[in-house]
Amino acid sequence: MVLRLKRVWRAVRQLSGDDAYERYLRHYANHHQGNKEPPLTKAEFFKRWQDGLWDGVKRCC
Amino acid sequence: MNKIAEKLIWMLIALLGASAVGGIALNRGENINALWFIAAALCVYAIAYRFYAKWIALTVLAVDDTRATPAERLDNGHDFVPTNKWIVFGHHFAAIAGPGPLVGPTLAAQFGYLPGTLWILFGAVLGGCVQDMTILFLSTRRDAKSLGQMARDELGVLGGTAALIATFAIMIILIAVLGLVVVNAMKHSPWATFTVSATIPIAIIVGVYMRHLRPGQVLEATVLGVFLLLSSVALGGWVDHQESLRVWFDHEGLTLAWCIMVYGFAAAILPVWLLLAPRDYLSTYMKLGTITLLAVAIIFLRPDVKMPAITQFIDGTGPIFGGKLFPFVFITIACGAISGFHALISSGTTPKLLANEGDIRMIGYGGMLLESFVAVMAMIAATVLDPGVFFAINSSAGIVGTDAAKAVQTITAWGFPVTVEQMQTLAQQMGEVTLFARTGGAPSLAVGMASIFGSAFGDSLLAMWYHFAIMFEAIFILTTLDAGTRVGRFMLQDMLGNIWPKMGETSWTPSVVSSSALVVAAWGYFLYIGVIDPNGGVNILWPLFGIANQMLAAIALSVATGILVKSGKLRYAWVTALPLLWLITITSTAAWQKITSDDIRIGFFAAANDLSDKLAANLLPPEKALVAPQLIFNFHLDGVITIFFIALLWLIVLDMVRVVVRYLIGKPVLPTTETAHSPSRLVEDWLQD
Repeated sequence: MVLRLKRVWRAVRQLSGDDAYERYLRHYANHHQGNKEPPLTKAEFFKRWQDGLWDGVKRCC
Repeated sequence: MNKIAEKLIWMLIALLGASAVGGIALNRGENINALWFIAAALCVYAIAYRFYAKWIALTVLAVDDTRATPAERLDNGHDFVPTNKWIVFGHHFAAIAGPGPLVGPTLAAQFGYLPGTLWILFGAVLGGCVQDMTILFLSTRRDAKSLGQMARDELGVLGGTAALIATFAIMIILIAVLGLVVVNAMKHSPWATFTVSATIPIAIIVGVYMRHLRPGQVLEATVLGVFLLLSSVALGGWVDHQESLRVWFDHEGLTLAWCIMVYGFAAAILPVWLLLAPRDYLSTYMKLGTITLLAVAIIFLRPDVKMPAITQFIDGTGPIFGGKLFPFVFITIACGAISGFHALISSGTTPKLLANEGDIRMIGYGGMLLESFVAVMAMIAATVLDPGVFFAINSSAGIVGTDAAKAVQTITAWGFPVTVEQMQTLAQQMGEVTLFARTGGAPSLAVGMASIFGSAFGDSLLAMWYHFAIMFEAIFILTTLDAGTRVGRFMLQDMLGNIWPKMGETSWTPSVVSSSALVVAAWGYFLYIGVIDPNGGVNILWPLFGIANQMLAAIALSVATGILVKSGKLRYAWVTALPLLWLITITSTAAWQKITSDDIRIGFFAAANDLSDKLAANLLPPEKALVAPQLIFNFHLDGVITIFFIALLWLIVLDMVRVVVRYLIGKPVLPTTETAHSPSRLVEDWLQD
C-alpha cells in the first residue's frame, strides 16, 4: 500500500514537472561527467525548462 | 486453457458491447440509462484497442521496440527526454483534450443523442485514434519532426506550405469560437465573470511563486493555485449578492469580447512564466480532476438520458445550427471523433518524450480513446437535461425570440415541453439571472454537470457546481486561447521572416508586438462579429471551425497515406485512406452546402443576399439594420474562407495522389526521410526510477 502510494506520488511529481530538476541532475551525472562547468542551479534550470516547454503547439482544442 | 478463457472474455465483451450499442440505437420513446452509453463506449474501445489498434501497430506500422526513439538518441535532459509511458500518456492526453470534445457533442445533441454518440464511438476507433497513432509513429521515426515538416519532406513544398497555412487558419477560427463560448458564458453573469477574471491574478500569483519565491516547486504552487481557484468560485457567489460590487462584473457581450482580446494580446507578449505557464498548470489539474469526477458521478448515479434518440431536426431545421444530419453532425463533432489538431501534438511534441516504439499504441490510440470518452460524457451531460430546457438554453434569441413566454411556446410546439417557471427556477438554482438563449454550449454543459453533481451532493450546492463548471470550462478555454495566440504569433513571425528577415526574430520587440496584434486582430474580428450577430454567432463559427479541423485531419491522413505507400505498404494504406476518403466526403459536402445552399441558415452567400435584400427594402428592425452591413460582409468573408479551406484540402489530397501515382509507376519521388535503425539501450527498469 505504502509502496503504491509512493509510486502514485512519484508519477504526480513527474507529470507536473516537480522533479524535473532532480532528473536533470541525474542526466548531468550520467552524461556530462567530463564537463568543466557545474550543472545549472535549480532556479536557472527551471527558467530554461519552463521557457523551453512553451515553444510550439502545446495545447489543443 | 488460458487461451480459451481469453477468447471467452473477449466474446463476452463483444456481446455486451453489441447489446449496449444496439440498446441505445434501438431505444425509442423511453428514457434510457446513461450507463448504457458508458458500457457501449468501453466495450467498443476495448475491442478496437485489443484487435484493430494492435494489428495496425504490429502489422501496418511494424513498431519495433528494439529501435531507439528520438527521445533516447537525442536525449538532452531538457526537451528530448525518454519518459515513463504513463507519464507520456498523461502529457499527451492533457495536450490533446481541450474544450472541443465538450462543446461539439453538446451542440450536436440537437439531432438527438444517437447520431452524435455513434460518430463519437466509431469515428474515434476507425479515424481519430488511427490518425493520432500513425502520425505519432511517423514523427517518431523522423526525429520528432512536425506535421508541416513531414509534409514538406515527404510530399513536397506544396504540401508543406498548405499544411502550414491550414494550421494557422484553423488556429484563428478556433480561438475566435472559443472566445465566443466564454463570452456567452459570462454575459450578464457577474458570478461567472468574477470567477473567470479571478483566474488571471491567481495565475500570476502562481507564476511568481514558482519562478521567484520557490523556484521549481511546481506542486506547491499548483496546490496553492487550485485552492485559490476554488475560493474564487465561492467568493463569486458572495460578489453576486453585493449590489455595489456586482455591477463591476455585469457586462454586455461586446465589452467582454474586448476584454478577451486585450487579455489575448497581453498573454502573447508577456513572458510565459508569468501568465501562460501557471494558467496551464491550473487548467490541466482542473481538467483531469473534473473529468474524473464527472466519470465517477455518471457511473455511480446512473442518470437517465431524457433526450430522444433522434429529433426532427435531422432535416436541417435545428435551432442551434442549420444543416442536415449528413454532413453536419460529422462537422460539429470534430474533437472526440477525429481532430486534425491532434496531429500537431502527435508530431513534434509527444515523440520527444516517447521512450519506446512499443508504447505508440497506448499513447496515440489510447489517448484519443480517452478523449472520445470525454465526448461521450459531454453528450450524456447534455442529454440528461429535459430536452425543453436544453433547447431553451441553446436556442438563440434570433430563433426563438427575446420574449421568454414566446420562446417556451415555440420550443414546446417543437414537442419539447418547457415552461417559463421551470426556466426561472432553474436559473435561480444555478445563481443566474436567466438561462434563456445562453448559446455556445458551455452554460448547458454546466447545467448538466451541476445537475449530475447536485444529485450526488445535494441541491443546495447547485449554484456552486454550475459556476465551478463554468470556471472549469473557461479556464482551459482561456489556456487554449492564450497558448494559441502565442503559437499563432510565432508562426506569423516565421512566415513574415521569409519576406523581411528582421520580422523573423522572435524576441525583437516591434516584431513581437506587431505580429501579436495581427493575430489578435484576426481572431478578434471573428469574435466581434460573433458577438454582434443576433443569432449567437456560434451557429456560424462552429461549423467553420469543424470544417477547418477536419481539413487539417485530412491533411494529416494524406501525409500518412502517402508515406505508407512510399514505404511499400500499399496494401495496408486503406487504414488511413478510408478515414481520409470519409473526411474528404464530409468536408467537401459541408463546404459545398455552406457555399451554395439557398437556405439562409446554411449558405453563407444566401444569408448575405437575403440580408442585403431586407436591408434595401427597409424590412429590418433598426438595431439589426445597424449591424447588417458588417454581417453581410462577414457572410461573404466566411464563404470565401470556406472556398479557401476546401481548395487547400483538395490541393494537398491531389498532391498526395500525385506522389503515390508516381511512386507506383516507378517514377522518382522524394526519398523517405525515416531515420536509420539504431538499437535501443534503454531498459525498462531504468525508466521506472
